[in-house]
Amino acid sequence: MAPDAHKAIAELLASQEDHVLREWLRQLKEDGTLDSGRIRENEQAVQCTQILRQLRQGAQGGTVDLSNAAYEPLRDTLADLSRSRALQGFTPRETAMLVLSLKEVLFDALARQHPDDATFLAKATNQIGLLLDRLGLHTMEVFQQSREELIVRQQQEISELSTPVIKLWDRVLALPLIGTLDSQRTQVVMENLLESIVQQGAEIAIIDITGVPTVDTLTAQHLLKTVAAARLMGADCIISGIRPQIAQTMVHLGVELTVVSKATLADAFALALARQGRAVVKVRPAAPAADAART
Amino acid sequence: MPTTTVSERLEIRSSDDVVRVRQRVRAAAVATGLSLVDQTKVVTAASELARNTLDHGGGGRVDIDTVEGVRKGVVLVFSDEGKGIKDIDTALRDGYTTGGGLGLGLGGAKRLSNEFAIESAPGKGTRIRIARWK
Amino acid sequence: MDRIPILKLGNALLVTIQVDMHDRLATALEEDLTARIVSAGARGVLIDISALEVVDSFIGRMLDNIAAVSRILDADTVVVGMRPAVAITLVELGLSLTGVKTALNVERGMSMISGRGRLAALDADDDGE
Repeated sequence: MAPDAHKAIAELLASQEDHVLREWLRQLKEDGTLDSGRIRENEQAVQCTQILRQLRQGAQGGTVDLSNAAYEPLRDTLADLSRSRALQGFTPRETAMLVLSLKEVLFDALARQHPDDATFLAKATNQIGLLLDRLGLHTMEVFQQSREELIVRQQQEISELSTPVIKLWDRVLALPLIGTLDSQRTQVVMENLLESIVQQGAEIAIIDITGVPTVDTLTAQHLLKTVAAARLMGADCIISGIRPQIAQTMVHLGVELTVVSKATLADAFALALARQGRAVVKVRPAAPAADAART
Repeated sequence: MPTTTVSERLEIRSSDDVVRVRQRVRAAAVATGLSLVDQTKVVTAASELARNTLDHGGGGRVDIDTVEGVRKGVVLVFSDEGKGIKDIDTALRDGYTTGGGLGLGLGGAKRLSNEFAIESAPGKGTRIRIARWK
Repeated sequence: MDRIPILKLGNALLVTIQVDMHDRLATALEEDLTARIVSAGARGVLIDISALEVVDSFIGRMLDNIAAVSRILDADTVVVGMRPAVAITLVELGLSLTGVKTALNVERGMSMISGRGRLAALDADDDGE
């Protein structure tokens, strides 16, 4: 049966806290956790001190089961630390090392305290190992989750940034799409486009998909929805920037873009002007830039 | 965080009631802070279902729940004691209608909502629940 | 019962919908318009829905019907001023109103009718450009 491993930890930390802390910090420094400069030495010392204190608190709760309420302060501290490290750009290794390096230090200290009781030492070491592994796991889970939340947030920001609507000419606007068009982004794109149509009084919208990596059936549906919505408001759309590979993929998938499309934005613009009964006409000889500045 | 729900029941017996349903659902949507597009979607879905309740269900009612908690949104439950729908899958497919018209009611309401659930059987009436979350 | 007023503008009829219509009102409008297209010999019908916050399948059907009827009577129907939120919702609902012409506002819609094309809309707005 597990010896009172929790008692062993509590005792160890009570009697040898300074030693354990010093060894731990030394180990961390040796592992290079201070090299990146993301954390300063005294900051790390403060964090480690708190962790040790809360580890002792947890162990005093009478068990090595991490889910026990006595360990809650420690869990919270590690979670906060982990979350902030994830957001600050610490590597997973740096974050994991924090807990894992403590293991070795504790083993050593325990061995020194009970040099003659091999059986007890073996079992206690095992229990401490389990506890710290779970702490390490907890830390990494929070780290991972925080990173994922960050990515989602960044995706949303990118989504909003990459749908600018440009006024090309009187009543002609252009919407250069960049990135994949999923259903959530399509909503954002549609709203932006339609608001711009109202604001600019546009009657032609050129949607350029040069920056869209793939056009599968779903993407095509999203595009068509956007085109349909624009038409309901009185603006016609022209799709431009269909690369040869995209055209091939679409044919193979049986995707039909039932809307006028042109290979390049320039072609689409020319078409837009033509529809409006406009033409670009040369009025005087081209002037070099220097002369133009003087005019 | 505790969830609070404000409930309102409206009878649907005439086309004027359908208008009232639209207005009250709009009020609920505004109260929960739904975006303009989401407001429009839930009000339109409500209009479709209210009309269905009137035309095919022989009249019925709607319960409008304004929910504020971990999630904020509007939950609508349309119910009637009409003759029920024999084949729900077919009914959900666009273009299906027993009367004249575009037959977009059920399928459309489903597309416009975050959640859609329907219970119906011949002789047992119909109960449709939709939700739109912030 | 209140009915929605129909104005005659040149050779076109203009309807401005400003209330949340109940079904009877919508049906009455359809009937009134059909009668007026014939009696006025109109070449076009402009339906201004810029005040509508909701367009459901019933109204959508009404618009489609009006367009179909006027087409038979050799008139164009142009729906103008649809709000963005309404357009997005209609598309999601599955209504694309393909039988109906659309324009951003009454002015452009009018030019579409009189000139029978979008090009005419441009001429109407240009300042001799």
